[in-house]
Parts: sequence; structure tokens; C-alpha cells
Amino acid sequence: MIISKHLLGLEGVRREEISLILKTAQSFKEVLSRPIPKVPTLRGKTIVNLFFEASTRTRISFELAEKRLSADSINFASSGSSVAKGETLKDTVRNIEAMKIDMVVIRHQASGAAHFLTQCLEAGVINAGDGQHEHPTQGLLDMMTLQEKFGRLQGLKVAIVGDITHSRVARSNIHGLMTMGVEVAVCGPATLLPRDIAAAFGQDLLVFKKVDEAIQWADAVNVLRLQLERQKNGLLPSLREYALHFGVTRRRLEDAKREVVIMHPGPINRGVELESDLADSEFSVILDQVTNGVAVRMAVLYLKSGGEQEVMNGNGA
Amino acid sequence: MPRKLETKSIKNLLIRGARFIDPSQSLDQHGDLVIENGLISRFGNNLPAPQNFEMLDGHDLVVSPGWCDMHVHFREPGREDKETIATGCAAATAGGFAAACPMPNTSPATDKREIVESIIKKSQDTMVDVYPIAAATKGREGKELSEMAELVEAGAVAFSDDGCAIATAELARRAMEYANMLGVPIIEHAEDATLDERGAMNESMFSTKLGLPGMPTVAEDIIVARDILLAAYTGARVHIAHLSSARALELIRWGKQRGLPVTCEVTPHHFTLTDEAVATSNYDTNTKMNPPLRSAHDLEAMIAGLQDGTIDVIATDHAPHSIEEKETEFAAAPFGITGLETALGLIMTRLVKPNLLTLSAAIAKVTVAPRRILNLPAVQIKEGQPANLTFFSPTKTWMVDKTKTYSKSRNTPFHGWELTGKVFAVYNKQQLWLNSEF
Repeated sequence: MIISKHLLGLEGVRREEISLILKTAQSFKEVLSRPIPKVPTLRGKTIVNLFFEASTRTRISFELAEKRLSADSINFASSGSSVAKGETLKDTVRNIEAMKIDMVVIRHQASGAAHFLTQCLEAGVINAGDGQHEHPTQGLLDMMTLQEKFGRLQGLKVAIVGDITHSRVARSNIHGLMTMGVEVAVCGPATLLPRDIAAAFGQDLLVFKKVDEAIQWADAVNVLRLQLERQKNGLLPSLREYALHFGVTRRRLEDAKREVVIMHPGPINRGVELESDLADSEFSVILDQVTNGVAVRMAVLYLKSGGEQEVMNGNGA
Repeated sequence: MPRKLETKSIKNLLIRGARFIDPSQSLDQHGDLVIENGLISRFGNNLPAPQNFEMLDGHDLVVSPGWCDMHVHFREPGREDKETIATGCAAATAGGFAAACPMPNTSPATDKREIVESIIKKSQDTMVDVYPIAAATKGREGKELSEMAELVEAGAVAFSDDGCAIATAELARRAMEYANMLGVPIIEHAEDATLDERGAMNESMFSTKLGLPGMPTVAEDIIVARDILLAAYTGARVHIAHLSSARALELIRWGKQRGLPVTCEVTPHHFTLTDEAVATSNYDTNTKMNPPLRSAHDLEAMIAGLQDGTIDVIATDHAPHSIEEKETEFAAAPFGITGLETALGLIMTRLVKPNLLTLSAAIAKVTVAPRRILNLPAVQIKEGQPANLTFFSPTKTWMVDKTKTYSKSRNTPFHGWELTGKVFAVYNKQQLWLNSEF
């Protein structure tokens, strides 16, 4: 299988590649449980983490993945757009590349920023979240978590609840899950559902107007973080109303009389999109998602740096 | 650096065996034309060559009245790093345009007599007749009317806050009333800013996929509806700039059917590209402009509007930007692309060659129509008239190369495109420019 050295999104990524990443991630997860959770796989490789937007868990997760693979990793953090800093994004990254690096992990507030980097750089580019576009490693770790929980992906029903318009997590999940044969639904206030959703993602994508209907239907519910500024921007009447009508609560799960797995990409606004108690309940796999995040990112970094052949030969970890 | 335009001062010229098309007199015939002292002295067949005349062989060439682009951005004063009046005019000539109307979103805005006069003065050494469009409101701020009467005296031919719409319905009404008193039109950039805030591309399945904030067509439709109703109420002439929405076109059709004084223009990129280009180009910032590239449905409507005459004019919205401003993440890039040097090729390739529009109808939209809307001196192929001519081949093919532009800027999505239709020469102000790469 020929795979790109970049991971820009899950749109268009083939089923075989996703399966390979998830399988590789499983073997790296085993590494993480060893007394010395480290392999020499990427020794001598240099990876730069470029974070133009505040992030705690994704940055730490990538850093840990790099360290577990014995790569040399460097962090660059800058908030605000590159224009505001007076240096263009292109200049910033070309300067960094001139220091001889192998791979770039980028988080940026602008959709398409990772694509843009591929036009400026020779190095491989891993998208750690670009604006409202995609967050492919989040999509992969969500799939890994689902696969662990249910033993399969094919035929599962997953509902994504919340602010779909502004969510890169939603887009990566929709593309990845649909490729893997999962039935996908979205549910959220009309003001937070993007335009022409069926044309964009396919007629198979279901839309629920009521969260109760989504819970009734789903095997797993992926609850998105609600950005607090949506109220200020006039997209929501109030957080209170959101919590009342779209918040995922234990009561709603009990009413559905179904065992539904709860996922959340974090950080959680407890009591807004997700009831606090539910986040820590037996339904929740939120901390498994975090653990799997490191394994998935190890798999991505490894495969994208040219390790595919070894995986095929069973020497992956 | 942009290329330098080499022009020759020529008072007397004989053009042999060309196809002359002048839609203002339904003229379409082969013949010879003699220019003496910059005036058309004879037009006919097998004319004897006067002595000491330069001669141009016009076989396989079309000669039309000099083209007029009623919507350009020359960036002077303020952003001379992107374009100057001199380089903008050079790009116009190279694109076959003998006249151009620069929009007032300069820095400072073109809202004072001195700025209008300075733009005209700086264009006098060029081959282009430059007719500035002045700001409708002071500083284009949408608060107070600009000093329109004085601006018209200085040479402004219309008023616009292009870059944005005139901010409120009340101000738009007053601007129309005042402009109407002066006999000049209001040119509207139809966009309800509240609906487009932070937008980067057309709101559609593609903005949904790409995660880019959308600019819905309804933002355009609302202002077009507003201005048609205000035109009806005030009797003032309104011209809608760079139309892009199918529904806005329907509204204009409705207005025209009722005899309202409404006209409009479309850009070559809006009848050539759709919003899908943002996706297929992986966020190429040369697919970012305002109004944005719209859907295939809108594009088809633009072509139908050109065909049935609802769209009067083709104008480029030539919007030069520096490389560093465009080579950035999509959201941070400025809106706009260059257009002067690719317009003729796109008109021939996309409209005339596939028989969507006749050659004569296409020429009318870049000659007769813009000059009529702006009350500019008519340009005709007629004995006794000043010679103001565009020469081109409607069938010759060429490759767009952004590194070879006369414009100072290179922000075009058409780099590498093969186009049919190539400029051969322009004659105006007793000067001739011959395309050395023809």
C-alpha cells in the first residue's frame, strides 16, 4: 500500500490505511504497558511540534508519542496568527525546516494551514487540528476506542452531538467512521449545523433534531465541547438552554433504556454539554480515548516516517 | 518586477484585411482602415496605401472599439507595492483594454478632488483612458456622503464604496438621490456585511467540508433587493458590481422587466470557476475573492444572464495583491485576484468559443455597455472618430504565465491555463502597443 507521508485529514484516506494505523496503534499500546515504555523506532528522527493555538492534551500526547518512539522533538508554541507576529507562516516554517527536520506536527487556528505547509516544506506534515477543518488523530483515536469497546467498527451506530459547524473533531470522525462502515448521525442546534451537510458528507449521514432520538439510536455518543463564545456570537440563546435541550445526561440515558458509550474529545465543560457525573460513569470511555491517543499518534508518526514495510513484516514494535 | 510596456507613437496607420466589429452600429465586416493624425480617416475595401504609412496586416484578426474595464483596483495611492496607476495601465493595455475605471478603495480612499485629479494626471502618460470612480461616502466609512459634486467636476464618473456596500439603506438612498442629481450612477458592492462577517468562501457543501466560514449568497441578494427598490423609489441609476448569485440575478431581471434603471456586471472568474476550486486547489488563496466563487448553479445563471442581456457588462475586478499577503493560510489572505491580462482569453475560451455568446455580444459587454452606463465618450469605428481600437485573435491559443505579467502582482488562479483568444495590439491616444509575443 502506498501511503502519503502527510496526514492532513481523514477525508479520502482509504479503509486499508486506517485499518493499518489502528492495528499498528494496538501494538504500540502494548509497548506503553511495558516497564520501560519506549522503543528505538524513530531514533535520529527530528520532529517539530508547531502549536499556533493553545492546546494541552494534544500537544502532550504528541510529545509523549514522540518520546516513546525515541525521536528528538522540539516544541514551538505561538498564539495569534503569524501575520500578527509580523512573520509569515511560510517564513516561520521554512526557517525551522532549514534546521534539518524530518516531520512537522501542526496545530493552527486556520482551516487548511496543514495543507499550506505541505506546499512550503519537504518534511512530512501531521495535522494536529486545523481551524474548523480536521483533527485526524482525534478521529483515529476515537475509532480505536470504539473498536476496543465493541470489538468491531463495521455496522456500529455513532452519534456526534453538539457544535458540528465549528468542529474539526466532527469532520474527522464523520469521514473516518463512514469509511470504516460505521453509521453516523449528527445532532445539534440548527445554528450549529453547517450548510448542505448531506452534499458535503453523503446522503447516509443522519441528522437528529433531538438529542433523545440520537441517544435512542446510537451505540455510542461522541459529545463535542461547546465553545463558550458561541453564545456571545449570537448562535445560542444561552448555555443554560443548550444544557437543557442538548446536554447529555444520565436521565436521558436512563430514559433511553440503553447502554450507550459516552465519548468526549475534551476538555469537558461539565454541566453544559455533558453532565458531570456521567463523564466519570461506567458509560464513559473518555480516559481510554486519552490513553489511546498516545498509541495512535505513535502509529501515525511511525508509519508516516516510512515504517510501513516493517509493520507489514511484523516488526512494528 | 513587472514587464515594461513598449509603445510606439504612431499618427498614421493602415490596417489591412481585418474583421471589424463594432456592436454600437451592428458592424461586422472585413475591410481596411486608415488612421491619419490619430483619427479614423477612411474605412472600406482595398484602400490605397497612403505614402509613409505604417501598415498592419489584419488577417485573422478582429478589430473592435477599444475595450473598457469598468472595475479595476490600481492601489494608488496607498499600496504602490501591489500596483501603481502606471503598472495597472500597462496591464490593461496588455489585456486589450483602452479604458479602465479604478475603484476608490485606495488608502486614503478616493474621496477628494485632489486624489481624483492625481489619478487622472498619472494616467496621462499611459495608453489608457482612466476614469476614476470616487467613494460614495467619506473615507468609505458609510457615515457621511462624500463631496460628490466637486468629485464629478474633478473627473469622477460614478460613486461606490466598493469593498463593501453603502452601509445603511438610508445612506444608500441619499447617495442615490445626490448622484442622480449629478447624472452619475451608484455602483454597489452588494454584500450585507452582517451576514458575511469573518467569511472566507461561498457558504456551501464545500465550506462545510473545508471548515471555512461561509459567505452566503443571501448576503448579496439582500443588498441587490434593497438597491433595486431604492432605485425604483429614487429614480437613480444603480449598477451592481461583480454579480455572482443566481437569485440576485433574478432580482435584477425582475427590476429590468419593470423598466427600473438597474444594470450589472459579472467578472470572468465568476463565469469560469466555482467554489469547488477552493477544495480541489487545497485552499489556494488565489481562489479567494469577494464576492466568492459560487456554486455551479450560480455560474450557469451568470451565463444565462449574459445571454439574455440581464448582465450588461463584463468587468474584471482586477485586484492585485502581494505574494507575501497571498502566500499564507486561507483565512488570513486578502480577497481578490488579478484579471486584466486574462479577461480576453477567458471571454473567448469560456463564452465565445463554446458558442454561448456571439463575438459581437461579448464585445458589446466590454465596449458599448460600460461606456453607456458611465456616460463616457462613445468609441466607434467610424470615419472622423478618434482611433481607439483593440486588435485580437479570437482563436489563437496561449498559456497563462504569472511570471510574465505587466501587472505588479501575480495573484491569478489561471496560471498554466491554456486560453483561446489573444490580444494582438491596442491603439489609443495616437500610440500603438504591439504584443511582441503574438
